[in-house]
Amino acid sequence: MTVALENVSRSIDGVPAIRDVSLTLERGTLSVLLGPTLSGKTSIMRLLAGLDKPTQGRVLVDGKDVTGIDVRRRSVAMVYQQFINYPSLSVYENIASPLRVQGKSRDEIEHRVQEAAQLLKLQPYLDRTPLQLSGGQQQRTAMARALVKGADLVLLDEPLANLDYKLREELRAELPRIFEASGAIFVYATTEPSEALLLGGRTICMWEGEALQAGETPKVYRRPDTLRVAQVFSDPPLNLVGIEKSHQTVRYEKGMQAPASGLYANLADGAYRVGFRAHQLTVTKGHADQHAFPVEVAVTEITGSESFVHFKRDNANWVAVLEGVHEFLPGQALEAVIDPNDVFIFDASDRLVAAPTTM
Amino acid sequence: MARIDLVDLAHSYGGPAAPEDSFALKPVSMTWRQGGAYALLGPSGCGKTTLLNLISGIVAPTTGKILFDGVDVTSLTTRERNIAQVFQFPVIYDTMTVGQNLAFPLKNRGVPRAQIDARVAEIAGLLDLEPYLRRKATRLTADAKQKISLGRGLVRSDVAAVLFDEPLTVIDPHLKWELRSKLKALHRALDLTMIYVTHDQTEALTFAETVVVMHDGRVVQAGTPEELFDKPMHTFVGYFIGSPGMNIMPAEVKGREARINGHVIALNRSYDSLPVGAKIEIGVRPEFVNVAMPAPGLLSAQIDRIDDLGRARFARLRVGDVKFAARVPVGFAVPADQVGLIFDTSHVHVYADSHLVEGAP
Amino acid sequence: MDKTVNQKAWLLVLPVFLIVAFSAILPLMTVVNYSVQDTFGNNQFFWNGLGWFKELLDPSTDLGSRFFASLWRNLLFSGIILAIEVPLGIVVALSMPRQGWGVAACLVILALPLLIPWNVVGTIWQIFGRPDIGLLGYVLNHMGFDYNYVSNDFDAWATVVVMDVWHWTSLVTLLCYAGLKSIPDAYYQAAQIDGASRWAVFKAIQLPKLHRVLLIAVLLRFMDSFMIYTEPFVVTGGGPGNSTTFISIELVKIALGQFDLGKAAALSLVYNLIIIIVCWVFYTVMTNAGADRQANKGVA
Repeated sequence: MTVALENVSRSIDGVPAIRDVSLTLERGTLSVLLGPTLSGKTSIMRLLAGLDKPTQGRVLVDGKDVTGIDVRRRSVAMVYQQFINYPSLSVYENIASPLRVQGKSRDEIEHRVQEAAQLLKLQPYLDRTPLQLSGGQQQRTAMARALVKGADLVLLDEPLANLDYKLREELRAELPRIFEASGAIFVYATTEPSEALLLGGRTICMWEGEALQAGETPKVYRRPDTLRVAQVFSDPPLNLVGIEKSHQTVRYEKGMQAPASGLYANLADGAYRVGFRAHQLTVTKGHADQHAFPVEVAVTEITGSESFVHFKRDNANWVAVLEGVHEFLPGQALEAVIDPNDVFIFDASDRLVAAPTTM
Repeated sequence: MARIDLVDLAHSYGGPAAPEDSFALKPVSMTWRQGGAYALLGPSGCGKTTLLNLISGIVAPTTGKILFDGVDVTSLTTRERNIAQVFQFPVIYDTMTVGQNLAFPLKNRGVPRAQIDARVAEIAGLLDLEPYLRRKATRLTADAKQKISLGRGLVRSDVAAVLFDEPLTVIDPHLKWELRSKLKALHRALDLTMIYVTHDQTEALTFAETVVVMHDGRVVQAGTPEELFDKPMHTFVGYFIGSPGMNIMPAEVKGREARINGHVIALNRSYDSLPVGAKIEIGVRPEFVNVAMPAPGLLSAQIDRIDDLGRARFARLRVGDVKFAARVPVGFAVPADQVGLIFDTSHVHVYADSHLVEGAP
Repeated sequence: MDKTVNQKAWLLVLPVFLIVAFSAILPLMTVVNYSVQDTFGNNQFFWNGLGWFKELLDPSTDLGSRFFASLWRNLLFSGIILAIEVPLGIVVALSMPRQGWGVAACLVILALPLLIPWNVVGTIWQIFGRPDIGLLGYVLNHMGFDYNYVSNDFDAWATVVVMDVWHWTSLVTLLCYAGLKSIPDAYYQAAQIDGASRWAVFKAIQLPKLHRVLLIAVLLRFMDSFMIYTEPFVVTGGGPGNSTTFISIELVKIALGQFDLGKAAALSLVYNLIIIIVCWVFYTVMTNAGADRQANKGVA
């Protein structure tokens, strides 16, 4: 089965929340909606679930228009950021509740609840009530309830946001396995690029109610169509510098000039913007072709395994991530180095014209 | 500004008669220097918030003392302790402007008008809040509100300490970067003792000079981010810090060798006097193990999947029944099912009953 | 947030709609019918147009002067009891314990006056205040106060006001208490840490957060007190003289005492209109305040 949005827009009190979004979601796939808060992720989910009606456009299930159909008649399950369970029921009854509504037999309920509990590692807690569980266990209960329903469409709206960092990491590692086992259409909203990368599947980049780009997650990450997609899909934030190319040389804004090597070589003359992620920026020149900028250190953050170095270059803030411990003092002058083969280049209308070919 | 000493400090929500195992905070003694940046790091329920509330005076300790600059403040109320605190969710006085919000702690203490204005201007400048000073605080975004809360915490120059209780919870990832480096800059600019509570290792490690890792009501290790990463004193620290966490595997250790599934891994130090009967494990961070094509002489592992983090790849593996993570070198074509593991032996540690054993050179 | 429109919903509303039609709309139409006619008994009706309304709104006529006098009394009464009950309710709510067994005890005690039927409240105070056998009246007179609500205007007013305060302050208190409970602890802790005094905490945190609850309390208390009938009717019967004759008492006198159905109908329509307008004003203010808050959430 497929669920599709066809040129869907939605306005609330005249303010557009979703602008002309078209999407197709296939059975057995995972789609990640990636974007900052208020970029339209939740609105898209509500439209898919049938909780809201689009102002324009259609919602199609297997090609059939279901735009006006009530949510209760659609096969949808949803998991929210808050842990939503029935507080007075045991974990077992919480998971069983959608099956009881469907009027399933006692044996089938038992079977399916046990199956879901095993998948989500909840067997030891089936007799407890949700309030006796940790946050991670509560959220796993909510997920089990969503899965056991056997819905065709499972929507997860930042399900890990309220969990501890480490729990988030563990549950996130289990999710792909759980998704594979279920075979439904999964839609997962998140604000974190690293979460999208770890979950894999397809990623849909959201920005101010628009779906900017959709595609396989690594592909969207490595070949963002536009500057905005690259920015949404970069954590730490994307570093930027303007260039001007003419006669086989590039001139960086407020800076040096260099022969147009690497990805610069094939550009037509004109103005561009160059974007590079934190790991594409270093402080030591590996070979002569690389380009170095004099910068000033603003702050160094050290995690023990990595160092995040924040630079100031005129008015621009850059951040580099370096392996190992590198203690730079604020105000210290350094060279920030980029490789002309390892950058993203965007034209005057912010469309991608060149991206690194390796990795 | 003050030095803070915790002396046998403990807290039990069940009263002093409860067994020590049930204490939310087991007895801890520690000294925090004036002007330092500290983080309390641990999962929910580890006692870090209890410890913070003990310092701020919201909770009274069951046993032990708290000293600010050598003065016992254990029985003083929050107001009398002269500390500032920033909460998880922005606390904003709705009826006031941003400027009035920032001035509130000073005004309450009868600071002269001119001094208030100067200090508010300084803090607003550091936090980029100047354009909003005259605006009503309720009409701002969550991150701007949290900046105001931060500002109110920092506006007094005479506080013993500024406490942060998971202050970046409601902030979007890209703004977290900005606020985090801002906090760090503020710490340098203002010379205040800062204590930051979080479950997020990145926040703790990037903010603090000393990170106090807590587990089950106990402090398991306090050290610099580098120490915690390179030399975890407890397997919990190894697991909790780092993403993915440290690989911990049961092993037989003798002299300079560790034996796993019959395979021998050379160790950098010698372990001859391990406690008898203890559970012996080796720990090594994924960053210090590379995957390679299977070869004789390499410990082999089953591939579960490959995590592509964009700038690095980690292989999720299984060695026997034990889960294991290792780094995938750039450009390495991962085979379908089996890989060999290459250890950086200088970073392989030995643990007895979860505690680090220092080997002989 | 609008939901998917479900046409079946109308079917479910229908029974309620019918009940409202029979219980409210039809009787109201009858009243409208009466208000434009004059009757001399025997079911004889004569068309009077807007005559009654003109008379009602002209203070120089008997009906008009009675209406304006009682309207003025109503407004004064509502003003006085709001001025007492709202601050008093807040103070009581603030001084209530926030946890422990005291909460339950306070709630029960506060709820007691609310559970007593209106006319019983009136009877209690009527007896309580009597100078000969009532505890209050007797004690006051013994202390040298010449207290008698039957003969003294001021005493009658004081009795009715104190009775209403006794009866209804609990409502304001309960609403405020619920409002106070919903303020997260972090606010109080932050205020403590910011060194705020008790008064500053009230002004900067509690009062702004109670804003909406207080609007509801004021609305409820205004409507109720503006429609007051039973208690003064039982205690003072509108006297001494006409000093505690409120619009509702006047209405009953005209309708049932003099059987001037036309006049009474016109009066009740105007009375109704005043209440609806006041409610509408309150409602608009409240929803605007709500929309304001929603808008803020949107930004955040």
